[in-house]
Amino acid sequence: MSKVYIALQDNEESHYIVEAIEEDNADVTVIYQPAMIRIECEGHMVIKRETVEEKMGRDWEIPALHVNLITLGGNVDEDDDQLSLTWNN
Amino acid sequence: MTIEIKTATLEPIRNTFEHTRRRFGDKPASRYQEASYDIAPENNFHYRPMWQPDKLLNDPSRTAVVMEDWYAFRDPRQYYYGTYVQARAKLQEVTENNYAFFDKRGLAERLSEEVKEKVVRCLIPLRHMELGANMNNVLCSAYGTSTVLTQAFLYNGMDRLGIAQYLSRIGLLLDGNSAETLTKAKEHWMTDPAWQGLRRYTENTLVVEDWYEVFIAQDVVLDTLVYDLMYRQFDEVITEEGGSDLAMLIEFMQEWHKDTSRWVDATLKSTVAESDHNKELIGRWVAEWQEKAVADLAPLAEIAVGDDAVNACTEALNQRLAKAGL
Amino acid sequence: MSNKKLNLKDKYRLLTRDLEWEFSYRDRKEIFPQEDFEGIKITDWSKWEDPFRLTMDSYWKYQAEKEKKLYAIFDAFSQNNGQQNVTDARYVNAIKLFLTGVSPLEYQAYSGFAHVGRQFGGAGARVACQMQSLDELRHVQTQIHAMSHYNKHFDGFQDFAHMHDRVWYLSVPKSFFDDARSAGPFEFMVAIGFSFEYVLTNLLFVPFMSGAAYNGDMATVTFGFSAQSDEARHMTLGLEVIKFLLEQHEDNVPIVQRWINKWLWRGYRVLTLVAMMMDYMLPNKVMSWQESFEVYFEEAASSLFKDLARYGIEMPPYAADAIAEKEHLSHQAWSIFYNYGHAAAFHTWMPTEQEMDWLSEKYPNSFDQYYRPRFEKWREMEEAGERYYNPTLPMLCQTCQIPMGFTDMENPTMTSYRQSVYDGERYNFCSNGCKDIFDYEPEKYVQAWMPVHQIFQGNCGGPEMEDVLGDYYKINLGVDNLDFKGSPDEARWNAWHNLIPAEDKLKKAS
Repeated sequence: MSKVYIALQDNEESHYIVEAIEEDNADVTVIYQPAMIRIECEGHMVIKRETVEEKMGRDWEIPALHVNLITLGGNVDEDDDQLSLTWNN
Repeated sequence: MTIEIKTATLEPIRNTFEHTRRRFGDKPASRYQEASYDIAPENNFHYRPMWQPDKLLNDPSRTAVVMEDWYAFRDPRQYYYGTYVQARAKLQEVTENNYAFFDKRGLAERLSEEVKEKVVRCLIPLRHMELGANMNNVLCSAYGTSTVLTQAFLYNGMDRLGIAQYLSRIGLLLDGNSAETLTKAKEHWMTDPAWQGLRRYTENTLVVEDWYEVFIAQDVVLDTLVYDLMYRQFDEVITEEGGSDLAMLIEFMQEWHKDTSRWVDATLKSTVAESDHNKELIGRWVAEWQEKAVADLAPLAEIAVGDDAVNACTEALNQRLAKAGL
Repeated sequence: MSNKKLNLKDKYRLLTRDLEWEFSYRDRKEIFPQEDFEGIKITDWSKWEDPFRLTMDSYWKYQAEKEKKLYAIFDAFSQNNGQQNVTDARYVNAIKLFLTGVSPLEYQAYSGFAHVGRQFGGAGARVACQMQSLDELRHVQTQIHAMSHYNKHFDGFQDFAHMHDRVWYLSVPKSFFDDARSAGPFEFMVAIGFSFEYVLTNLLFVPFMSGAAYNGDMATVTFGFSAQSDEARHMTLGLEVIKFLLEQHEDNVPIVQRWINKWLWRGYRVLTLVAMMMDYMLPNKVMSWQESFEVYFEEAASSLFKDLARYGIEMPPYAADAIAEKEHLSHQAWSIFYNYGHAAAFHTWMPTEQEMDWLSEKYPNSFDQYYRPRFEKWREMEEAGERYYNPTLPMLCQTCQIPMGFTDMENPTMTSYRQSVYDGERYNFCSNGCKDIFDYEPEKYVQAWMPVHQIFQGNCGGPEMEDVLGDYYKINLGVDNLDFKGSPDEARWNAWHNLIPAEDKLKKAS
């Protein structure tokens, strides 16, 4: 199966998002590179708004991801409550 | 004995880029200047467009308007991308608060059925006209050549999309997210006699090939008339009829129009002042499109505001044209 | 009154797609005249799936936030003379190449996406393309602003737009994008939205941006990360376009396949400049071109094409050629530029012994066998005071316009040389990929403004090379060009970093 991935700028806000991803996805690998955090997973990864809000301690919406996002890989599905990445093979 | 302590001075070796030095002189250029003048490709294009083989990729002859220097224009707002999005974000924040307030306080309930119906019939269908405006301004951006103009057209085009989206949200606020108002508004746009002139006008603008003529038909003629009718006169009428809460939902459009008008006026004025050729050409375009627009707008004007409404709009347009030297 | 909660998908549809209407006063074909000529069949625009569902109010809000942060860094960078913190002034030549070669492509993307943002028949597709046009404008302007401070302290940045339209190596990226913009709207999307912005983008961006991070270039790395989130939106648009076209009609599949084949090859050839940059121009190396290519192309593309296989799309045949070249590309490219260092608006130099050892290690099958000997020969000449500059003008490939410095991978000491005859004229190519592209549409590629031909025809001033370089290209001779050793950039760098401390001056005086 192919890996989906997301890369975020390495700052405080992103750390909460990474925490949320680790909680909601079973087998993620988190790689710290200069100024960047890369998170990989086999086949499917989901970012849940509620979990991120819980970690951050304030309101957060999915489009706010754009401010910290560097790149991603996989088919994107997005709604008010979550963003998920999937490869179908 | 004096002790001399050497300090490092990091003198710049040049003040600015060559393209800004040539145009503005040997001094530091502003961010707007650096990123808006003389950066577009102008020479040695490799292939002719397959979709228009008689023109070059970037071609000043896509309009009959002639300018010795297509960079002679100035955007009085000096918007480059950064200042543009920040200006709009400020407006967006206020607008978002307004819409949230309207929603939270259930202000839709305070509007009478007559007012709601009038809004659905006269205001909401504008969301379709704004899509036309979006398409037209993006066309101007794609076919113009100087960045000073093309970026302003793109900002305008995206603004129109934003306005269309706000108009849609007004409908959703009134119908509690059932989208009923949007369906009704589209019906009006498609079949209501009050709107057919304007829909036909819009569709006619979408087939014009000369991008400056599109600018005239859309940004100069139609927008001036419609914004005066709906965001000044209609606003007053609705307020009198008990719909003053609507004002907080259309404030964005009014502020936007003020902002963009500065650019439209400056652009029109510079083009007209350039030559008799331009003045005559633009004068002709204005006359043709104004005649159609006023006739097409009249039915809506009567229903939305009243008998004399269309004359007031025409007055607003004539003032704008006079400012530009037409 | 009930207040239904609208989900994002429905809300977005009401706020974009639903703005459309069925034209009745004018024919749809008049309003969208470019939809049919490429042979692509669209049966139902409503099947378009919006990639990112970003409304304009959110766009303004979040992009403004990004701009505030970005420009705060730009201001801090110039206020604190951040350019002093790069590892070495040689590094700066990598970003000279970026501003003159890549930033004008962002500009072309701005124009190209505005064009398709008007011409596509579906509002969802138009809106996504318009937003990308706006993003690309952002990129070119923020890049100019990022480099503005470098321009004040280094040579070679000052006339980027003028040079992009004229200078020989810059016609490689320029012709690439002219090719895309002169194509129809659907080909443009497959070329740029998919092939460039989805498949190849990481091969361009990661090296430049990581290169900046590893070499202390705060302005560029900050720009890069800020731009990348826009790129995520662009990538999803590119992927959506491909899926949409392939799902609309089976007749689209062979057309799209041919475009993917062409554009992956043309895009790959443009990336030659990046390969050279990664292996030769970064004092602190990020990874080798080969390593980058393996991760960002071989691995990533294989996942992608596995996904696309269900539509009948295959990995392009030339992918194998690109893979075969991975151990040679950067060395051949740097050799070309070392040769023509007098004709470039950035400096070139001999790699140090340490750097050559790194290259030997990273390229165990090619560097020592084919390239080290020539570098050592050139180094010998340099040490004897005869730094080599090639006095002839090279033959360029008619399609990609790179000098014919590539070799046949079956026999890496033989120039890879292909030919076609069209309308009584002979045209030359560096590869099967470039020849095939030409052969399919020769009437297009014969139009190209070939820099070397143009010089010989007297269209670039002259008659001497100095006149072409100095007057037509506007290269400041002896300043922008030639070896890094002995350049004004080098002298200034040494002056900034080797200041004699006050005490030493005192000791000398007494």
